[in-house]
Amino acid sequence: MIEWFAYAQIAVAVLAGVLCLIVGFSGRTPNDYTLGATALVELLLIIQFVVALLSPAFGNNARGDLLEFYVYAVSALLLPAAAVFWALIDRTKWSTVILGVACLAIAVMVFRMNEIWLYQNV
Amino acid sequence: MPTPSATQRPRIAGVGRVLVVVYAILALGAFGRSLVQIIQQFDQAPLAYTLSAVSAAVYIVATVALVARGAIWYRIAWITITFEMIGVLVVGTLSVVAPELFAHASVWSYYGVGYLFIPLVLPVLGMLWLSKHRPVPAGVEGAPVEGASR
Repeated sequence: MIEWFAYAQIAVAVLAGVLCLIVGFSGRTPNDYTLGATALVELLLIIQFVVALLSPAFGNNARGDLLEFYVYAVSALLLPAAAVFWALIDRTKWSTVILGVACLAIAVMVFRMNEIWLYQNV
Repeated sequence: MPTPSATQRPRIAGVGRVLVVVYAILALGAFGRSLVQIIQQFDQAPLAYTLSAVSAAVYIVATVALVARGAIWYRIAWITITFEMIGVLVVGTLSVVAPELFAHASVWSYYGVGYLFIPLVLPVLGMLWLSKHRPVPAGVEGAPVEGASR
């Protein structure tokens, strides 16, 4: 886990979440922008996951509980993927809102993952 | 074919779908947390962690019950959501009044502050949703349903 990358991730997830909520409540069905923003959030999660797997080899060890960290990390990977899957099946404005909810949940989860990695047990 | 029941409920639609997703996320979160707690430190607080596991299971059942059709699932949805409401109120109050009982975090400690108070708000929204969307008698399934949008 890399700290600045985590903050960038949180920022992207919040922006994507707010974008999807606004677009969704304005009545649009999922489109390239909202699906793309959610896909970007997922891509960053995958990168961070790989970083977390590799970083102990470079001396960057988690201070907190690894099991808890990976429960968050794996759940986080599932969320945007599930929301995009849902949005592709259910073409209503509520699917766009759901994309937004998923992105905001990711922001919270990455914040928590960052806390576990950097500050827990210190 | 699903077994025919006396009443039918329309598939959950509109904003209700968002409710289901939030329920699912909370179920996932509660499940993940209780899994970690039980694997690592069940001995420290068996009561609190058993409660965590029970609440996770209840959230999962409530999610399913909101989606599934039929009068029985409608009743199960009411039971699970009522259980959550009571749980968050009782545990939330106890964690304020007698913190030593709930030194170990659970979904419902301090009215769900660790989960942005979602555990406190969600059962209320769930109950509102359920009371507005009662099962309709079979046969009038095609009838317009109040609140079901696009």
